[in-house]
Amino acid sequence: MKRHLLSMNDLDRNDILTILDTAESMHDVQHREVKKLPTLRGRTVVNLFFEDSTRTRSSFEIAGKWLSADVINISAKGSSTSKGESLRDTVRTVAAMGVDGFVIRHSASGAAQQVSEWVDAVVINAGDGLHEHPTQALLDAYSMRQRLGDLQGLHVALVGDLTHSRVLRSNLICLKTLGARVTVVAPPTLMPAGIETWAASEGFTTSYDLDAVLPCVDAVMMLRVQRERMSGGFFPTAREYTVGYGLTRERLRTLQKHTVICHPGPMNRGLEIAADAADAAQSLVLDQVSAGVAVRMSVLYHLFAGEGSLT
Amino acid sequence: MTRPESAPPSDSPPADLPEGDQSVRVVMSSGDVSRALRRVAHEILERNKGSQDLLVLGIPTRGVALAQRLVHVMAEVEGRDVPSGALDITMHRDDLRRNPIRAIEHTYIPAPGIDDKTVVLVDDVLFSGRTVRAAMDAISDLGRPRAIRLAVLVDRGHRDLPIRADYVGKNLPTSRSERVQVCLAEHDGLDEVRISGGDR
Repeated sequence: MKRHLLSMNDLDRNDILTILDTAESMHDVQHREVKKLPTLRGRTVVNLFFEDSTRTRSSFEIAGKWLSADVINISAKGSSTSKGESLRDTVRTVAAMGVDGFVIRHSASGAAQQVSEWVDAVVINAGDGLHEHPTQALLDAYSMRQRLGDLQGLHVALVGDLTHSRVLRSNLICLKTLGARVTVVAPPTLMPAGIETWAASEGFTTSYDLDAVLPCVDAVMMLRVQRERMSGGFFPTAREYTVGYGLTRERLRTLQKHTVICHPGPMNRGLEIAADAADAAQSLVLDQVSAGVAVRMSVLYHLFAGEGSLT
Repeated sequence: MTRPESAPPSDSPPADLPEGDQSVRVVMSSGDVSRALRRVAHEILERNKGSQDLLVLGIPTRGVALAQRLVHVMAEVEGRDVPSGALDITMHRDDLRRNPIRAIEHTYIPAPGIDDKTVVLVDDVLFSGRTVRAAMDAISDLGRPRAIRLAVLVDRGHRDLPIRADYVGKNLPTSRSERVQVCLAEHDGLDEVRISGGDR
């Protein structure tokens, strides 16, 4: 395994399976009375979040604390960033205090990569702009594997705002590495430019017709419509988006019985996913959150527990 | 990092040993192993005055197989099942930072948990005592047993910590440089304890 986790491309199939297997053991800790392992005692991990986040930040924090690491949270608001300090100065300042690792979320694609070149500490990418969000892809794979078994040969649909989705990019790499078949579905305005060449080289298919895709998949992942990243008109009205590409109550009925529903959250209920679908028995939304802690414990373990941090 | 193999297939031949190598000695045969385990099982029952509140936990990998054999014998003697499980201690090791990342084995504790049980830890070889120290830490994270006992197939001495076994299959005086290898049918195709290396 590489020293940092910046992209899903940093992990090969064996690495992914090792992380998922370890996460299963970590999951047991969540049900214990004493949720504490001494493994990372004496390590300090800094959560550096320049974008808003509930589940990623808190699950990294819980994961670190359950492994006995010291976890410190720094967010852009209330730090020297708001006084105009550059990213480079901020991370080098914090690194100079002797921390072992950074978990970074930033609105600029490639921020985590940049930081890994500036500091000696281990860097984990917790979402960089429109680029990647590797631990999200790992926890998605973990949740689907818990319910469906080995992902080899399964058919997964990724639906929604593909243009603005870092979850999409990480998931495409992860699912391909694990041998799943992927179809991406979005309205033409939310398909990333040049998706055809991308699809051809990575071996996934694209579709504009959600109704045709839904009945033949084993898992459907609804991606959030990221209105905060939209400046132009990507679709006329929210209602029109829902009619064309939302997982509505009617579409829920067209799914096969075993098909699972994922959503990385936060959900826009009533826009890309109806409440019926989000709360259905087939929905993995809360399993994903619970898996998030286990998977992040596993990632922290593999990146921080070993000799000199890493092998 | 490489993905660790899960337990080797049980039909695999025993680890290759150089033919006629003087430095490898078999110190316990298959019969010796099974007799020792039967005795240990009886001793546990005798000291516990039966099998009530016993929980036998093996430390992966070989300890789990030994724990299962012990409860099998106990069930024969007592006429009722004795619960057994597995306790992975990787996350509690004190040498994690000195070694490459280890894979984590599964921990399995039977349903009622360990509170107020007499937990018998089972391992194949007792050497430095560090594994047992880690196991006791792992247990205290899971609950509060009434007592913790330790059963090992081989005690080879050279403790780093003030720890001793309550039940010992065989005391084996060794030098620090020697290697003790426990083979079990479940993992290695046959039961045997070998000793190799060293400068004798």
